[in-house]
Amino acid sequence: MSGLLKFITCGSVDDGKSTLIGHILYDAKLLYADQEKTLELESQAGSRGGKLDYALLLDGLLAEHEQGITIDVAYRYFTTNHRSFIVADTPGHEEYTRNMAVGASFAELAVILVDAAKGVLVQTRRHARICHLMGIKYFIFAVNKMDIIDYDETKFKKILQQINELVTQIGLNNVTIIPLSATEGDNVTTKSTNMPWYNGQPLLGKLENIKINETVSADFYMPVQRVCRPDQTFRGFQGQCESGELHDGDQVTIMPSGETATVRAIYNAGTLTDHTVAGQAVTIALSREVDISRGCIISKNLSASPTKLLTADILWMDDEPLQLNHEYVFQLGTSTTIAVIKQINYQTDVNDGSQQSVSLLNKNELASCDILLSNKTVAALFTVYPALGSFILVDRLSNMTAACGIIKNLQTADSVNYNFIYNDIKISADLFDEYYYNMRDMKIARTTKERAVFTLDDELPLRGKTYNYPSAVDIIALPERAAIQVRHNKIKTILPIDRYSYDELYNVPLLDSRGFAINVHSQYDFNRFYSEYQINKKSADFWNKWIDCTKWRHILFNDNYWII
Amino acid sequence: MLSHLDKLEAESIYIIREVAAVCEKPVMLYSIGKDSSVMLHLALKAFYPEQPPFPFLHIDTTWKFHDMIAFRDRIAKKHHLTMLTYTNQDGIKRGINPFDHGAAYTDIMKTQALKQALKKYQFTAAFGGGRRDEEKSRAKERIFSFRNEAQIWDPKNQRPEMWKLYNPRIKKGESMRIFPISNWTEKDIWQYIKRENIEIVPLYFAKVRPIIRRDGMIIMVDDDRLKLRPGEKITQEKVRFRTLGCYPLTGGFVSEADTLDKIITETLQAVTSERASRAIDKDSIGSMERRKREGYF
Repeated sequence: MSGLLKFITCGSVDDGKSTLIGHILYDAKLLYADQEKTLELESQAGSRGGKLDYALLLDGLLAEHEQGITIDVAYRYFTTNHRSFIVADTPGHEEYTRNMAVGASFAELAVILVDAAKGVLVQTRRHARICHLMGIKYFIFAVNKMDIIDYDETKFKKILQQINELVTQIGLNNVTIIPLSATEGDNVTTKSTNMPWYNGQPLLGKLENIKINETVSADFYMPVQRVCRPDQTFRGFQGQCESGELHDGDQVTIMPSGETATVRAIYNAGTLTDHTVAGQAVTIALSREVDISRGCIISKNLSASPTKLLTADILWMDDEPLQLNHEYVFQLGTSTTIAVIKQINYQTDVNDGSQQSVSLLNKNELASCDILLSNKTVAALFTVYPALGSFILVDRLSNMTAACGIIKNLQTADSVNYNFIYNDIKISADLFDEYYYNMRDMKIARTTKERAVFTLDDELPLRGKTYNYPSAVDIIALPERAAIQVRHNKIKTILPIDRYSYDELYNVPLLDSRGFAINVHSQYDFNRFYSEYQINKKSADFWNKWIDCTKWRHILFNDNYWII
Repeated sequence: MLSHLDKLEAESIYIIREVAAVCEKPVMLYSIGKDSSVMLHLALKAFYPEQPPFPFLHIDTTWKFHDMIAFRDRIAKKHHLTMLTYTNQDGIKRGINPFDHGAAYTDIMKTQALKQALKKYQFTAAFGGGRRDEEKSRAKERIFSFRNEAQIWDPKNQRPEMWKLYNPRIKKGESMRIFPISNWTEKDIWQYIKRENIEIVPLYFAKVRPIIRRDGMIIMVDDDRLKLRPGEKITQEKVRFRTLGCYPLTGGFVSEADTLDKIITETLQAVTSERASRAIDKDSIGSMERRKREGYF
């Protein structure tokens, strides 16, 4: 036995997904007598005019029978002499793409059907992309309905080429391509005699023999689901061990607080034990009182850190389109917070994979987005720690699960070399430094405070000992060619300078990244200033013309040598 | 590397804990059957050393096997459970029974009773022991399955459920049905019962019992409310039950399987699916989905 295999079948509508699985169950004698009888009975009344309709074994909803299509994902469980399987049979209609994605999130392998008469369709491409997005690593392309094209090798090779192009485009590994016929049973459970030119295994044989290598990290982490407190003497933290292992007496770090403690007891599913491994549902008791609640992570050697801003690939699933700056509930691991989508970086065309600039995202569309969280949340890249790198967004009004996503990039407080950070923009700025006139050596000195990193929505310390900036201000970071717009003391946007425009409505004052005022009062001024800067930035005349060092800043006398 | 049963157990415990952590007022439905026994066992394990932080609810149609009721009371006592029971009193007053009222009986004494009970106690989430391998419409149901304020399931518009990120959010009056053992098969259930040494109602084991044969079904004569039709005769035969419910609606079958091992062997070789022994599923194609949409578990 090679262990349980969870797979999905997907592909365009009418490619024969349900029929294929139905046929496997039927052929492999995995049906009960009453199910077979029901199949015969229902086939007579079904949409195939009396012929055995294997799809009926899977399409369980009345609406599916009426329309002869699959609406929602169906799970089937079967065991052959070689392996146990759970298969999620997913709908092919674009309308029900999100239900297909549900199946994909659960599977280790995808069987993507391609109609031999039609070739690779948009929906085939969409499904392959979504499977890849949801983290599936193994793919079988089943070129179905070979009977319709007379089992012709030349025609098959054309489709093979289309598939290989798609595989290269998305970047899929571990791909197998099998020509078959789900209705006729060619290469389904037994090797077809109609296609002697095909040397590979039939589909079922491939499924039985394929080895899934789970690349699980060795670092231990457990997102806390709940605190178990039966009485005053016991306090345990319950959750599932996501990766690595943990032993009695190990030292663990609690995130996001960073506190440490020693493991005092481990219960695996209610039984006292001395260690736990990935996958187990455990209760962990610690040696000392630590403030831990749902959403915290108990970890060992984990390279993840609290973050507020992340870049993710998302699949939009709600009928309501995505709204920028609208608040959604963000669920990741066991933590829940509020999130806003600040920016759609690009939408991925499901057909050719091209990236397009859009302002709106509709149901079933894929995009890369910047998401800002209201609370710092321990997150990681999906490829490193899947359970800390995948999330859903829930609409706060309708409670509908609106999107799912995986994290591609994190902007964390670790990046201390930069004062301002957003996407690719990283700005080093001195505007919160203090200026003192030192009475001992009669020199002006600048003190650097402990550097903090700010990103969107963060409140800035605009009032210091030697500076007093207005609560609405635009900071122009000339070396980085970027602008930071501050409103109500908070960062509203950080953007490249070529997308910046002067706020003529409110005449918001400008600072450079040293905190010096820039004498600009209109877009016209700004354009002149910036073009002169590019030519004359090394000339003192330029700076004296445009910069006022004392508008928001002053200098304090200082008699304490040590503070400088 | 965890075994298949270990993985199923961990997944179910995760789901049960999620509900306790995020749902306002959960309850675990307890039908006394083998699936309920497994669910209870998982709940005890999930929270240990704490007691399950929710009550249990049994919808009593008054037609359950007597052995089942005795088992329920004993188990509740043994594990110190809060066991609520609810019967649709209106149905009792109207004399609704499985012999005369057919499908209406199931609706009134089970579906309506369940809805009334959930409403009475204001439960916001109810665990059920449904498994996806049981029936085709169940195979399509989410683990966190949303019910609107009329407690109706809308199979065409289910919330997407990704990875193990369950969306528990509901508005006032709406509720969730939770199926922690969705991914278990009948075989898994039996193997787990054996591995964990879980107590189950003796009716699952073959024993000589008084039965009649009616409409192709073997019905056990559990009390004198079963009126014999002309030509029917009570015989003593060695039978057992694959599922348990109301005795007049639950078909038994002749079997020699009087130990767990024999039951497992018999289950593996079975030629009929589990639900074939239930009268209520046979009425029409899609009957289960219709009942579920109306609020049946």
